[in-house]
Amino acid sequence: MGEAIVITSGKGGVGKTTTSANLGTALALQGKKVCLVDTDIGLRNLDVVMGLENRIIYDLVDVVEGRCKIHQALVKDKRFEDLLYLLPAAQTTDKSAVTPEQMKKLIEQLKQDYDYIVIDCPAGIEQGFKNAVAGADRAIVVTTPEVSAVRDADRIIGLLEKEENIEPPKLIINRIRNHLMKNGDMLDVDEITTHLSIDLIGIVADDDEVIKASNHGEPIALNPNSKASIAYRNIARRILGESIPLQPLEDSGKGMFSKIKKFFGVR
Amino acid sequence: MKKRQNVIIKGTKDGLTLHLDDSCSYQDLKRELDLKLSANTRASGQNQLIPVHVQLGNRYLSEEQKEEIKALIRQKKNLVVDKIDSNVLTKEEAESIRGKAEVSTVARIIRSGQILEVTGDLLLVGDVNPGGTVRAGGNIFIMGALKGIAHAGCEGNEQAIIAASSMKPSQLRISDCINRSPDIVESEEKHEMECAYIDDNRQIVVDRLQGLIHLRPNLTRLED
Repeated sequence: MGEAIVITSGKGGVGKTTTSANLGTALALQGKKVCLVDTDIGLRNLDVVMGLENRIIYDLVDVVEGRCKIHQALVKDKRFEDLLYLLPAAQTTDKSAVTPEQMKKLIEQLKQDYDYIVIDCPAGIEQGFKNAVAGADRAIVVTTPEVSAVRDADRIIGLLEKEENIEPPKLIINRIRNHLMKNGDMLDVDEITTHLSIDLIGIVADDDEVIKASNHGEPIALNPNSKASIAYRNIARRILGESIPLQPLEDSGKGMFSKIKKFFGVR
Repeated sequence: MKKRQNVIIKGTKDGLTLHLDDSCSYQDLKRELDLKLSANTRASGQNQLIPVHVQLGNRYLSEEQKEEIKALIRQKKNLVVDKIDSNVLTKEEAESIRGKAEVSTVARIIRSGQILEVTGDLLLVGDVNPGGTVRAGGNIFIMGALKGIAHAGCEGNEQAIIAASSMKPSQLRISDCINRSPDIVESEEKHEMECAYIDDNRQIVVDRLQGLIHLRPNLTRLED
């Protein structure tokens, strides 16, 4: 019986889809059987980031409405030997095509065959969000070090806390620009975590490579040399239950490292 | 023998007190009250209004019935009902009184978009984040940081106060006064607990907590 993890944020453009793609990839790299589910019906793009767009035959709405079997809609990622699959969202209809009950049933079904179901949630707090969290067991909230993103994350955490079947959410701070954070022009990691008061599961530095890789349809997590890739891989290992300290944001940032370690609970 | 009286009128230095019997029927009571008061009107020649205090004993009257009694008494020239007292409360009234006197303790973070509302005093163990709102009929005490909106005395209690360990509200409201946080934030050095209350000019002021001892002595509920 697998576990379903929803990746959500409230605000758009903070990197939910990128995070979903990379965590899925990183979990598959760890040898887990993973299914990515795109719930952004009408505005799908997880398939684009994964480079699987042209293999889509059926989608999530087809499955829910009984036009095909679930395994017919799943797109296999050839880069992995039978470990990574994607259930794409429909592009022709909208969020109201699916109900939370249907999503729950679908995720239950997928949990039989996969170790991890990574659910990519659409922005906003409406129907799409409700669908995405319906079947989830765990939640990861993605935010960037911006006041608006943190405010929306706060709202989302409030909504997630009301869901009975979901564990307390974990936080990823994405797209950290070290020089801005150091000058105090950006909210720092410490500020964000105390404000939101949930556990931090990872920080990801802003990296041009991520954008390049996404545009090529290759998740950055496949590239072992990128900083962002290591960050995503570390988050995947933390999801698996390993205890790994956060990476330093810069090579010489000894002070910062110990500070981060401190609130991550590593002594 | 004549049966005992259902309406007893007593004169006090503040006016009249009407003791209404609580074991007879409401109809009988009304009839007798009407009779008694009609008999009494002739004596008073002056135009001065006499306040009347109605004692119901163990009888419960609905709002409509109270109005009826009031109207009945008001008809009699210079009598005016000052107040109606009864030993009986409905359950809802009792619950609402208890609710207003109670301190509700809540251990939670009030996040953006969330509203926490209590009828009495609120003791919040946690923060109020920006975009979150706490509202109380009485006082609000926040053990954490207040960064959102707090509304104390929301049913019109101007004596209500708001206290927080870290006072950085986006808005403070007490009764119907509103105070916005300054656009320019001064140094964030202050780490003392602060409180907000309405001063004599009907402005919300934020001050040291210790000043309240003199300003709001009623905050102390402990009876010695």
